[in-house]
Amino acid sequence: MRLGESFRVALEALRVNRLRSALTMFGVVVGVAAVVVLVAIGSGARNLVESEIEGLGSNIIFVAPGEFTFGTPPTISRLQLEDVDYLGRVTGDEGQIAVALNSGETVRAGRNQTFSSVVGANENVQNVFDRPLRRGRYLSHTDVETRRRVVVLGSDIARRLFGDVDPVGRQISIATGTRFRVVGVFEEQGQTFGQTRDAEVHVPVTTAQRLFGVDRVDFLAIRASSSEDIPRLQKEVVDALQRKYPGERFSAITQTQLLGTIGTVLGALTGVLAAIAAISLLVGGVGVSNIMLVSVRERTREIGLRKALGAKQRDILAQFLVEAVLLTTLGGTAGILLGVGLSVTISALSPVPAAVTWWSPVLAFVVSAGVGIFFGVVPARRAGRLDPVVALRTE
Amino acid sequence: MTSPAPADTPPGPGRPAAALEAVDVVRTYRMEGVEVPALRGVTVRIDPGEFVAVLGPSGSGKSTLMHLLGCLDRPTGGLLRIGGRDVAKLSETELADLRNTHIGFVFQSFHLLARTSARENVALPLVYRGVSRGERRRRATDALTTVGLEHRLEHRPGQLSGGEQQRVAIARALVGDPGVVLADEPTGNLDTRTGHEVMNLLERLNAEQGVAVVLVTHEPDVAGRARRQIHIRDGLIERDVS
Repeated sequence: MRLGESFRVALEALRVNRLRSALTMFGVVVGVAAVVVLVAIGSGARNLVESEIEGLGSNIIFVAPGEFTFGTPPTISRLQLEDVDYLGRVTGDEGQIAVALNSGETVRAGRNQTFSSVVGANENVQNVFDRPLRRGRYLSHTDVETRRRVVVLGSDIARRLFGDVDPVGRQISIATGTRFRVVGVFEEQGQTFGQTRDAEVHVPVTTAQRLFGVDRVDFLAIRASSSEDIPRLQKEVVDALQRKYPGERFSAITQTQLLGTIGTVLGALTGVLAAIAAISLLVGGVGVSNIMLVSVRERTREIGLRKALGAKQRDILAQFLVEAVLLTTLGGTAGILLGVGLSVTISALSPVPAAVTWWSPVLAFVVSAGVGIFFGVVPARRAGRLDPVVALRTE
Repeated sequence: MTSPAPADTPPGPGRPAAALEAVDVVRTYRMEGVEVPALRGVTVRIDPGEFVAVLGPSGSGKSTLMHLLGCLDRPTGGLLRIGGRDVAKLSETELADLRNTHIGFVFQSFHLLARTSARENVALPLVYRGVSRGERRRRATDALTTVGLEHRLEHRPGQLSGGEQQRVAIARALVGDPGVVLADEPTGNLDTRTGHEVMNLLERLNAEQGVAVVLVTHEPDVAGRARRQIHIRDGLIERDVS
């Protein structure tokens, strides 16, 4: 019997039991849609990370206390501002060492107020990270030395506090009301790791230490002159810090390594999510198998008749296998459409990045056809092996 | 039947090859470990163009004989030749092909596919012979015309009377040009008048097309219309009357 004929017969059988076919397909639809959506979210997250690797300078080394791992609480920093001088002697250029001390605070200007990430920074931030200014100037060495109360605003903060007015020269208050003079406004930066950098305000690190009542800095960032220098610098910096603070641990990691680690974690997460989705596909497959067994039983007489008229075992096997594969691939196609639709909706309506890759629908289709074959084989073989004498007698 | 031809001897001159030939055929079923004999050594030869009735009480083995003659089953002993081929030597697939080309079945309960038109039902045996769709339709239409149902081509079984359904089934049995039509109680589900019409049709096809008809029945007046009656009892041929 030709395959086309099997398709015609199988389609007819599915059409006759419309509701049952639809319900059986539903399991596959959900499974495939789940796989497509979760893989899309996973790839979206990876794409984001990868684009940020490209967007950021890869020659920057972050130095922070403790081990750099996920899942451990951050270590309280013992790094000091003087460590910039100290490490400058190790690296040979203290002008390429930035510090940061972070705190979330409320900032106000007149009646407007907003929440901001206040970064205590030194003047080297501008050397290490390329942060162009739209207006005014960045923090200077003198600002840091003399603990001036001056501030550089992120573009978001500037807009929220001052609207369209040029904020340079105006006053804002930070936290409990300490007043700062605006000396500059950053260009719009966009997001990094889903956080906007435009909601930062930078103040001299010394001023920040006094404001927050601490004498530490949270981390240092060093720009290496070339990527070949990075491994050597990483080692030297950590060794130097561990000499200065015996018993403490420090880590020096590049952005590429940092993002690579995040990428690995995201990859593993995507894998786990896809595996969970695959389980629902498996359950859908079992449903197909079950319904095919029912279908074979219901149509025992038909199978007996077909055999009496000359159908071979493989004809009957093909007929039921095609039916099972048709069930799962139709369900799979619907699942792909649903999954792609959901992914597009999710990335349009929420900050979750969902990128449908070309291969995930293809894979989902192939897998659903595979599920049909795998779960259809047992019922189809049972049908093919039916004894025509017994089958014809069945009521 | 006096002297059956020896097993593998080719048919002698003056005597045509048998359509169906059974020599000392035995069929035992194993039911829960117990051997139950259904046929205990049946020798019968049916020539092309014959019209034979097989009679016997239920449990006599006549259904088993029909299944064997129809290649739906294989004997546990003896020789069975369908269209000159020894079924013991055939694979499952070859047996299916043999059924398809040599045998046409007519069942008591018609066995038509419910959601399929008369023409598609009739064309079904040709599907398994790899005949193209257009050719199948043409031949199915011819077969339905032969049984007088050319005005019912697209009707479904549910839209046809019992007699019409059985005529569709007969058209289906004939569409592949088999040597033998095996009819298992073909009038069993029909009233007397319709039963007679079906019998008339079978007789006409037998006479006009030369197809051998083997009819299983327990109705004496139906059996009486056959030129030869084979009586089966307890798995053996009791009488074979021509």
